Amino acid sequence: MPTPPESTEAPAGAGARARHAWARLHGLGPVVGLVVLCIAGFALNHDFATLDNAMNVLTRTAFIGIIAVGMCFVIVSGGIDLSVGSMAALIAGGVILLMNSLGKHHVPPTLAVVAGAGFAVLLGALFGLAHGLLITRGRIEPFIVTLGTLGIFRATLTWLSDGGAITLDNDLADAYAPVYYASLLGVPVPVWVFLLVAVVGAAILNRTAFGRYVQAVGSNEQVARYAAVDVDFTKLITYVLLGACVGVATLLYVPRLGSASPTTGLLWELEAIASVIVGGTALKGGSGSVVGTVIGAILLSVISNILNLTSIISVYLNAAVQGGVIIVVAFMQRRRR
Amino acid sequence: MKTIHRRLVLALAGAGLAFGAPLAALAQNKVTLGVAIPSADHGFTGGIVWWANEARKELEKKYPDLKVIVKTSKDAGEQANQLQDLVTANKINALVIFPHESAALTKPVQQVHSKGVYVTVVDRGLTDESGQDAYVAGDNTAFGKVPAEYLAKALGGKGDIVALRGIATTLDNERMDAFTGVMKAYPDIHLLDAKYANWNRDDAFKTMQDFLTRFKHIDAVWAADDDMAVGVLKAIDQAKRTDIRIVFGGAGAKGMIKTLKDGTDKRIQANVSYSPKFIYDAIKLTAEARLKGEKLPAKTIIPSVLITKDNAKDFYFPDSPF
Repeated sequence: MPTPPESTEAPAGAGARARHAWARLHGLGPVVGLVVLCIAGFALNHDFATLDNAMNVLTRTAFIGIIAVGMCFVIVSGGIDLSVGSMAALIAGGVILLMNSLGKHHVPPTLAVVAGAGFAVLLGALFGLAHGLLITRGRIEPFIVTLGTLGIFRATLTWLSDGGAITLDNDLADAYAPVYYASLLGVPVPVWVFLLVAVVGAAILNRTAFGRYVQAVGSNEQVARYAAVDVDFTKLITYVLLGACVGVATLLYVPRLGSASPTTGLLWELEAIASVIVGGTALKGGSGSVVGTVIGAILLSVISNILNLTSIISVYLNAAVQGGVIIVVAFMQRRRR
Repeated sequence: MKTIHRRLVLALAGAGLAFGAPLAALAQNKVTLGVAIPSADHGFTGGIVWWANEARKELEKKYPDLKVIVKTSKDAGEQANQLQDLVTANKINALVIFPHESAALTKPVQQVHSKGVYVTVVDRGLTDESGQDAYVAGDNTAFGKVPAEYLAKALGGKGDIVALRGIATTLDNERMDAFTGVMKAYPDIHLLDAKYANWNRDDAFKTMQDFLTRFKHIDAVWAADDDMAVGVLKAIDQAKRTDIRIVFGGAGAKGMIKTLKDGTDKRIQANVSYSPKFIYDAIKLTAEARLKGEKLPAKTIIPSVLITKDNAKDFYFPDSPF
């Protein structure tokens, strides 16, 4: 993954090619890590390798994974979003309240579900737009803007729910359940959506002018500005994309438990950011990989899955194992200075 | 006789008006009661906040001499700061505190106590009890013992159980120890594994999915919390497993109590009470005792009892968020 400024100084030749191959090998770090983990998982408990378990893991990764794809754009552009977990919780609460009130006005359940799903994506995009405007027009650091909204979103949900849970009415929950629980060709719906989001994300980042602008802005904002890239607009759109991704993740999440509570989406922001970074994207921005992000997200859920399937390690140490694996994988894909 | 009585009352009332506050103060103490509790970050603490505010509304209406200040905090550090504010800015003379952590709050509470404030500690006892005047708590041992005894009996002393745990705390350990303590008497009941799911629906869902992958036969689940029981039930439904006969939650959240009362899920047959309402009881007991200048007993334990279909209606509070 060469960054734009690097390509200007690198002369074509054997040295450059070797460096390219080296970079590619290191890009495989997360894949190697995932393969090693899967072998370990199979050795510890043969049930790990069953199709059901694989689908369980992929389905539960879908939420974080979809958010991480959006997060990848924001981080590549040099930004950060700490609010995604709280945003998901608030969107979940908002969607449930909307659907319940539609249900009370005798709107057919299917229509209420469609309206709720559309509302989730719209609300996410609007929150993203608010972030983008505060960051570009308001000239506030993304860390501070999203730290602020992290509190605002979660507190609003807590207030809406009185600190308890907001629960979807039963007939609506039944109509909505297939979005999480149904399968298409043996693969659960959330996994299909995850795949679709990842493919579209990868195409946008690698194959479109906008994708190159995102990388240029993250690599060097001044240079991008001189090259007539609309820096503010590019940044704005990355936050809107991330918001929409959070909306999509939430519309898949709500039918699972049919409820939103103040613990919904807790620490999702850290998991999403960790997925992006473990997947080989630099936190300082400039370049990144959607495929790596997807692998990173899967890797993180595989670790906790394996820990649940065995009891060789004291439960008190679970978090330490997770931390250790993350550091080892990050070490394998580290960049050359 | 009657008229004399009435005249006396009138005279007293007149005197009361004339002297105003001093007389009222003689009859009843003025109490400014601070309440320091965790903020609503999951179902149970949501219930704590709701019940604390219920107590405030009800008691302030009933007793004009009482002022109740409710403060919520997200961690032990913030709570310690609030204690200082309550003493210096709000001039409290009584405190009801639900500490985030026993050890971390012991010194700050002692500080408050040394300034002459009457202190009632709720749920998590201080490591040094000299800083508290009274202690009101739920029964964590019974919280683990009651489900263990119920499950042992319902399974006929034989079967496979998995358990979920909350967050690694002394409170969680007490419950788990009580549970395994009872199970020692039943060698044919196997506790296959117990993992932390953080009193969280989503984590419970994932953990239960993995238990279902790992264990081909499970008779009962001790979910140890009604929020976690929600996630457990969904995971079982998804896997279409029919071997699990009982899912035992805990604490008596309104959704689960309703399910139990209406008998809508045959896996939910019993529950154990551990209601956040004890904060309401603690505030009420403290306020009423202090208004009269009395003391509370040093230790009040609100019992955790078995809830079944028969007595479920006594534990159903539809207006509470929990």
